[in-house]
Amino acid sequence: MMHMAVLKTSGLTKKFGEFKALDGVDIEVQAGEVFGFIGPNGSGKSTTLRVLLGILQATEGKVEIFGLDAWKDAVEIHKRVAYVPGDVNLWPNLTGGEVIDLFIKLRGGKPDGKREELIRRFDLDPRKKCRTYSKGNRQKVALVAALCMDADLYILDEPTSGLDPLMERVFQEYVMEVKAKGKSVLLSSHILSEVEKICDKVAIIQQGKIIESGTLKELRHLTGTIVQVETKLPIAGLREMKGVSGVTAEDGTVSFQADTEELDAIMRHISAFGITRMDSSPPTLEELFIRHYETAARPGGGG
Amino acid sequence: MGSHLLRGTSALMRFIVQRDRLRLPLWLLSFVAMSCIIAFAFTGLYQNDAERQAMAETMRNPAMTAMVGPGYGLDNYTIGAMLSHEMLLMTAVVVGLMNILLLSRHTRADEEDGRLEMIRSLPVGRLSNLLSVLLVLFGVNVLLAVLTAVSLMALNIDSIDAEGSFVYGFALGAAGMVFAAIAAVFAQLSQSSRGTVGFSITALLLAYMIRAIGDLSGSTLSLFSPLGWILRTEAYVNNYWWPIFLTAGAAFALVLLALYLNSVRDLGSGFLPVHAGKPHASKGLANPFGLAFRLQRTGLIAWAAGLLLIGASYGSVLGDMESFFEDIDLMQQLIVQQSGFSITEQFIPVLMSVMAILGTIPVLMAVLKIKGEETNGRLEHILSKAVSKNRLLGSYVLLAVFASFVILGLAGLGLGGVGILVIEEDLPLAMFLKAAMVYVPAAWVMVGIAVLLLGWAPRFTGVMWLYIAFSFVAIYFGELFQFPDWVKKLTPYGYVAKVPIETVDYAVLSAMAAAAAVLLVIGFMGFNRRDISQS
Repeated sequence: MMHMAVLKTSGLTKKFGEFKALDGVDIEVQAGEVFGFIGPNGSGKSTTLRVLLGILQATEGKVEIFGLDAWKDAVEIHKRVAYVPGDVNLWPNLTGGEVIDLFIKLRGGKPDGKREELIRRFDLDPRKKCRTYSKGNRQKVALVAALCMDADLYILDEPTSGLDPLMERVFQEYVMEVKAKGKSVLLSSHILSEVEKICDKVAIIQQGKIIESGTLKELRHLTGTIVQVETKLPIAGLREMKGVSGVTAEDGTVSFQADTEELDAIMRHISAFGITRMDSSPPTLEELFIRHYETAARPGGGG
Repeated sequence: MGSHLLRGTSALMRFIVQRDRLRLPLWLLSFVAMSCIIAFAFTGLYQNDAERQAMAETMRNPAMTAMVGPGYGLDNYTIGAMLSHEMLLMTAVVVGLMNILLLSRHTRADEEDGRLEMIRSLPVGRLSNLLSVLLVLFGVNVLLAVLTAVSLMALNIDSIDAEGSFVYGFALGAAGMVFAAIAAVFAQLSQSSRGTVGFSITALLLAYMIRAIGDLSGSTLSLFSPLGWILRTEAYVNNYWWPIFLTAGAAFALVLLALYLNSVRDLGSGFLPVHAGKPHASKGLANPFGLAFRLQRTGLIAWAAGLLLIGASYGSVLGDMESFFEDIDLMQQLIVQQSGFSITEQFIPVLMSVMAILGTIPVLMAVLKIKGEETNGRLEHILSKAVSKNRLLGSYVLLAVFASFVILGLAGLGLGGVGILVIEEDLPLAMFLKAAMVYVPAAWVMVGIAVLLLGWAPRFTGVMWLYIAFSFVAIYFGELFQFPDWVKKLTPYGYVAKVPIETVDYAVLSAMAAAAAVLLVIGFMGFNRRDISQS
């Protein structure tokens, strides 16, 4: 039982008429794991999560949570699952506090007494009607209701898209707390850096297909560093170096992507030309996709 | 006023007309068609002076004064006099309602949902939106007045002359304007579209009640209500124009007030204090049924009260039935002549069938609410908790079943409770309740069909409203125009016994309940099998 996956999909395919929204999605989340699920808008993230919740039925493939069937045993599964949808629509004439209580009661569990603490930390006014809430506040209502439950699996669909950076940090704190208790979290996002901060494992989905998945370390070849550098002398032999790709030069600034393993050798080489200014940044999701297709297109390239 | 207040008004007016390019013509068409059909129906129902005078006599009672206003032209009750006396007030109330809903839709509702913020970020004046909505609505009301007048004249009925028709049409138009203006003021005072509509409808009901009390007591109280004013036009009888000018003038004054209030407030704010809500859910709001009930509580209470009132108002005229029907041959087609029963008794099932079909509307709304919840992505919250689809859909069905008992029961209670006070015969209240409750299984069949659609063809749940409309035509007009019997059998209401003139066939009622149960089971199966979608 030690290694039984909390959540496992194999060959998950979902068609809407002729349109294949999901095409053979395989993901697996273990106990105590924070799993990042990233992809651009419309790539199938929310569809996957809604299949996991038994709101949509898989056309093909197997979807199991806690070893139970996500469609047939939805109610049993949901007793141990907390969910925050990507687009939180609430009832305009109920207050935030009423909605939180309703969600707690519908889940059948008991809140672990954190309701008031979470409301305070997320700076939410529970006495206001949902019609008056902004997107961020509606998201807070769903987050408070989800996080004050003692669930085994937390499914969060772009939970921070409406939160400010301060609230985002509060959110991350609570995710870490949940993880420390050995619970699992499945978190979707289209922001790579957010996922990198808190996730153990990542799967990247595009056009309904998982194009990369693994631990962050395994994905290092994708998450190299974008380097921008200005030197006194022109850098010679950079393009030929191992671990360097996508070199461009403009107005004396050279930028390229460096593989993390080769970073040391690359920096030694460059420093010989007299560095006057240097910036480095993690690649954006877009750069990652470009990189993925570049490597996939090269014969024998990774993927 | 400078361009900073009014810039872009004409562009916004075009935009509003474009957004409502279907809604506005439909509203207009329904009003014009309704006035014409009723006027035309009157010519068929009352073919000579004697029949019309008989009708006039039944109008001389306080209940009718309270409902439709003080009598005028009763001594020479022409078709025109009949139309304006019996229909002007009711139509004006619905015209007022249309204006309230349209105004709120384009002002507070847009403001609440943030659409107005986008408009205001463009080079558009601060008052442009409110002014453009009001100008469009005033235009619509003038159009309504002219179209109604011209269409009525085109019917070529003797007593429906040109001046009377224009007075009638403009009385409706002026009523529309004043309620658009009242709603415009409330849209500034209240901070939500719900509040705007709520306060405005309260004002409409108050206007109706003040007028009713004033008309009953013969005091000047009626002159404090815009609905009291427009009744003083006495169209087709005396054709007074001053009430129309008074009403329109009041509308303009209210518009100025609304524009002033709009100019001094911030976007998104109101003048009425906003009370903080409950920080915790009450005990009732702890399960899907509690939520389904809470979401529809206000609407269901309003419908229940409405059916009770309609029942009571029908009950109040039961006492005059005998004298009324003796004189009018044609009206007798509405009821089945049956020996051994009084005309009152024969009229009860006709009234009950109308109220039962009307009372099924809130019952269907209760169950079809789940469709709106699905479209708005709110079922996802419930189904991601430990709630099965059966329990979720079951909650809405249970609420509908509950509503069918209460609402039909109240309709029967209203009819009987007031009826036994005014009729001379000795009819027990229990008989009235029985006449109402026999329709409950028919309402369940309608719920069953709705659930069948929810399960297998959720896109077509709107068909239920057409089916209800068909049922009404088949049952109500079926008697009048003597449709073949099979037409009535196309709706569940056609199988219901006409209590008290027919005995209740419990086998038929059980069969209907069983049919409803089968439909429900099949519907639930479909609901369990299908995806929950978000439009």
